[in-house]
Amino acid sequence: MGRWIVSLDFHSIYEFFAAGPVFGWDIPGWLAFGLTSFVLALLVINALMISTALYTWFERRTLGRFQVRLGPNRWGPFGILQPIADAIKLITKEDTIPDEADRPAFTIAPVLLMVPMLLVVAVIPLGKDSFLGRLNIGVLFIVGVTSVSTIAIFVGGWASGNRYAMLGSMRGVAMLISYEVPMALAIAGVLLLVGPSLPAGSEGFADVSSLALSKIVESQVLPFLLVTPLAFLVFAAAATAEMSRTPFDQIEAESELGSGYHTEYSGAKFAVFQLAEFMAPIVTAVIITTLFLGGTRGFDPVPGQAWFALKVFAVVFLLLWVRATWPRLRIDQIMGFAWKGLFALSIFNLFLVAVEIEVFRGVGGELSVDTLWIMAAINWPVTLVSIGVLSLLARGRHSRRPEPTPSPLADMYAEAD
Amino acid sequence: MTLGQGTEGSLLVDVVFWTIAVSLIVAAIAVVQSKNLFRSALFLIVSFIGVAGLFILLRAEFLAAVQVLIYVGAVSVLILFVILMNRDVETGSPSNSRVVVPVGIIAALFGAVAIFVALHTEWNMLEPALSPGGAAAGMAGEVGGVFSNAIPVVARLLIRDFVLPFEAASVLLLTAIIGALALVRER
Repeated sequence: MGRWIVSLDFHSIYEFFAAGPVFGWDIPGWLAFGLTSFVLALLVINALMISTALYTWFERRTLGRFQVRLGPNRWGPFGILQPIADAIKLITKEDTIPDEADRPAFTIAPVLLMVPMLLVVAVIPLGKDSFLGRLNIGVLFIVGVTSVSTIAIFVGGWASGNRYAMLGSMRGVAMLISYEVPMALAIAGVLLLVGPSLPAGSEGFADVSSLALSKIVESQVLPFLLVTPLAFLVFAAAATAEMSRTPFDQIEAESELGSGYHTEYSGAKFAVFQLAEFMAPIVTAVIITTLFLGGTRGFDPVPGQAWFALKVFAVVFLLLWVRATWPRLRIDQIMGFAWKGLFALSIFNLFLVAVEIEVFRGVGGELSVDTLWIMAAINWPVTLVSIGVLSLLARGRHSRRPEPTPSPLADMYAEAD
Repeated sequence: MTLGQGTEGSLLVDVVFWTIAVSLIVAAIAVVQSKNLFRSALFLIVSFIGVAGLFILLRAEFLAAVQVLIYVGAVSVLILFVILMNRDVETGSPSNSRVVVPVGIIAALFGAVAIFVALHTEWNMLEPALSPGGAAAGMAGEVGGVFSNAIPVVARLLIRDFVLPFEAASVLLLTAIIGALALVRER
């Protein structure tokens, strides 16, 4: 007796099942492994699903406030049961598959978009370690897994057999690939800081690679948002593009493309697409919280998980604010912004952080909290100036609208004759 | 028992290995056999992910992450783009039945040579870091991770010991990018 699951990571739960009889049953190793995986998957998926359902309600209500209207307010107090009504509506609708569609690919595309989001949350440290323990490749895992969603959008658009869907996914893939570059470079700027700014008293992290998310959290005595604001801004902009929300929602662009890659989807498949799309802001906020806001760090009477939830909520609200107030950019503006704006800023940030670490680090290669404050004091003005310079440069003639050229796709009347 | 220690040879690892291996080979065959080019590309992605799974079983999780990031996230997207630029994606191209047999023989020979070389090379093992004892020693303490800790070793090799070839490769890639841009530039 007296055995409890001490924390929600793989090892604790595995040891709970494997160490001895549970309710009088002896559990062999492979079954304990399977049970642990099942429990963790159940936890991750359900926590995300419920928070996404609540988030759809929150987003629609808040957008309503921004646009001086009410938003969903009929079912339940303040309309909070609206997600359930949405789910019932979407699932009971007829699930149509166009004749032109590639049926297996058409069916698998929503799942492909959904799975990476769930995988990302499994490696985020929500306490001492993440669900999967101390994953040594944390950040690389996140970057790699989220890049799979590009393929999901491609497959969805292609399998629909619809030109608008195809156009949406072609635009989308070009955009997603472009924005992955500044995003990865912004993360690289953070990773440079992780090793040197690890506080002296943290044992057990010396041999862990700086890619491990728990080490990134441990290093943030001062949140990296304060130390490298430029990396944060680049990452937030690139991540907004990666989840293709306004101002970067060229993938859907309702007024131009029907609704992009999921034009042909309906019923349960469309519901999964919608779920993945609404899950994206939460997952992005979770990543931003871990990389830039110190994850579960906070002061004492409030537990770390509560701090984490609070920070995630703040970031989600910030992303929602951007979505509610910005118009959609044109596709050439979006590509220009990635390659001429964010790419330049992220490389500049990488050099800036590298030089600062080289200048300020102590004898053992470590950065004290005071030096981090000095770096913050240098980086904030530099960030503001560099963004100002960039916006002056971007106002030049190169960013003007190109002359429209007749597209072969636009000539649709020729065929009708 | 901690995971990651002594899992070699256990039933679980066998099950996972055979699942990955069989689906990898089935996907690889489907790449070649599928008439629809787009579906071939999708099966190629499945086989890339299978290779990443094998890397994880070999405790090379860094390679697994890079495999997914580069091959699944970038290379296969490029392949899909190129396929969509082609006409007749769904009908496929008529096969050149005359060259199938010689090409098959060459491919089989190449595969045989590759397997022979892989089995008979004296691999330069990184004993202290990557041998089972070393990994177990690293993991027995505070670092109780599911995965081993090979990234510092890889990093030391790439950025300290073999830094010149590494940088030369990146310069080569940069040259290729500039060359491609120069070729397609409008005048």
